[in-house]
Amino acid sequence: MNGSPALALQVGAIGWRSVRRTLRQPATIIPAIAFPIIMLFVTSAGLRASESLPGFPSVSYFDFALVITFMQGAIFATAGAGTDLAADIESGFLDRLALTPMSGAGLVIGQLGGAVVFGVLQATFYLAAGLIGGATIAAGVGGVLVIYAMVIVMAIGFGAIGIAAALRTGSGEAVQGLFPIMFTLLFLSTVNLPLDLIPVDWFRWIATVNPISFLIDAIRSLIITGWEPSVLLVGFAVALGIMVLGVALAAVALRGRLLRT
Amino acid sequence: MTRRRGWTSAVAGIASRQTRVLLKSPALLVPSLLFPMLFFAALAGGLAELARVPGFDYPAGYTSFQFVFVLFQASMFGGVFTGFAAARDFESGFARRLLLAVPHRSAILVGYVVSAMVRAAIIMAFVTVVALLAGLDLIGSPLDVGLLFALALLSNILGSLWALGIALRFRTMNVAPLMQVPFFVLLFLAPVYVPLDLLSGWIREIADVNPVTFLLEAGRALLVGEAGPVGTAWLVILIGGIILGIWSLTALRSAERG
Repeated sequence: MNGSPALALQVGAIGWRSVRRTLRQPATIIPAIAFPIIMLFVTSAGLRASESLPGFPSVSYFDFALVITFMQGAIFATAGAGTDLAADIESGFLDRLALTPMSGAGLVIGQLGGAVVFGVLQATFYLAAGLIGGATIAAGVGGVLVIYAMVIVMAIGFGAIGIAAALRTGSGEAVQGLFPIMFTLLFLSTVNLPLDLIPVDWFRWIATVNPISFLIDAIRSLIITGWEPSVLLVGFAVALGIMVLGVALAAVALRGRLLRT
Repeated sequence: MTRRRGWTSAVAGIASRQTRVLLKSPALLVPSLLFPMLFFAALAGGLAELARVPGFDYPAGYTSFQFVFVLFQASMFGGVFTGFAAARDFESGFARRLLLAVPHRSAILVGYVVSAMVRAAIIMAFVTVVALLAGLDLIGSPLDVGLLFALALLSNILGSLWALGIALRFRTMNVAPLMQVPFFVLLFLAPVYVPLDLLSGWIREIADVNPVTFLLEAGRALLVGEAGPVGTAWLVILIGGIILGIWSLTALRSAERG
């Protein structure tokens, strides 16, 4: 009415561009899919000795470790969405976009479209690799659907964090710097061993409060235990919290970026 | 004489520029420092229970066992991060101007490598201080420990040559995963969590021939003053440096043409 296209139209246009751009970058896609799968096999082989520890909750470390892939996929969503936007900033595309009636919300939500589509694609590969590797999903087909739902929420949340970093710094290199930090956060969680088998007090404390641990425990419970509603509820609550925080950070960073532009 | 001086001053100029950019930019420096430090915390703290697995007999304990891995990983990734810087320089157009301005272009490559070593030295010093506070036990003689640090620092060259080869070929930050993922996987196909003797199956077969295994085994042996594959580790640095040197030089030629 006021000359601005409808938000849905803006989101659709930016989202479609984001999806196409993501899918057209094999150098980005292939490592993001292959790396977590390789790390699953490598880590589960390297840590197989853990199965002999008293109290280890699964007969197979491979099943226990399958969750690593989904979490690493979320980390790639952070780096991927942010790097694409940083490239737009560095190339001046965002500046030109700022001259159009495009709304900030349309830009951020649309940009996340690529992260979500890619997250679902990744999850499909990870599940397939897990099943081929001999893993079983204790919660069955319903559990798989819940894993997908979790993956989508995580892709939005972590992707938004990457976008916020890109808008804040305008540097693809700085966004890539988030990759190791997120990776370390992953390692400071229950990703490798359950809380009961972490003997160092300070580490157990960090792993207990680390939001990543809740995400891991939720997905892992579906794989090795079955349905644990309380674990799932907490996991989803944390994922939604990260999503809200990420989108809020992205919105604030966008406002700052557009003011500077 | 003038030719050599021009080459040296180009190397120094590029290296000092990269180092200044790093030190002046918290968004670049902080992840470089945090990654290995938090990684050390995660491995040494989170997996300490593995020291109770039958057959784990590293005399300096699990913290020191993991310190060696993190030292090498920090150094090598200091090199990989320099590949990011080169890719960024191409995206911004700076590297193009550099190619026009520097007549002896191998100086560009060496300048980035030297800046990567400076970056690695800063990170390694930081990690070592944190590890000492966390209970790192240096059992080996000062010479052994010095050799460990020299080996780790030189392994940085392998990381930077690999990443520069990618950065100069593709000239975009979008290939950053290609710079770090293969190196990351190679690192984890070595005995990271437990000693080589406790690995079994396919990963043991790969670890037996993985060059990183020789670096880690040599480093862990030097840390406690025991015999290890130290000579083989130096060979890994030498041969790896030659192969990856050719890889990055051909990438430089590709950048010149592109």
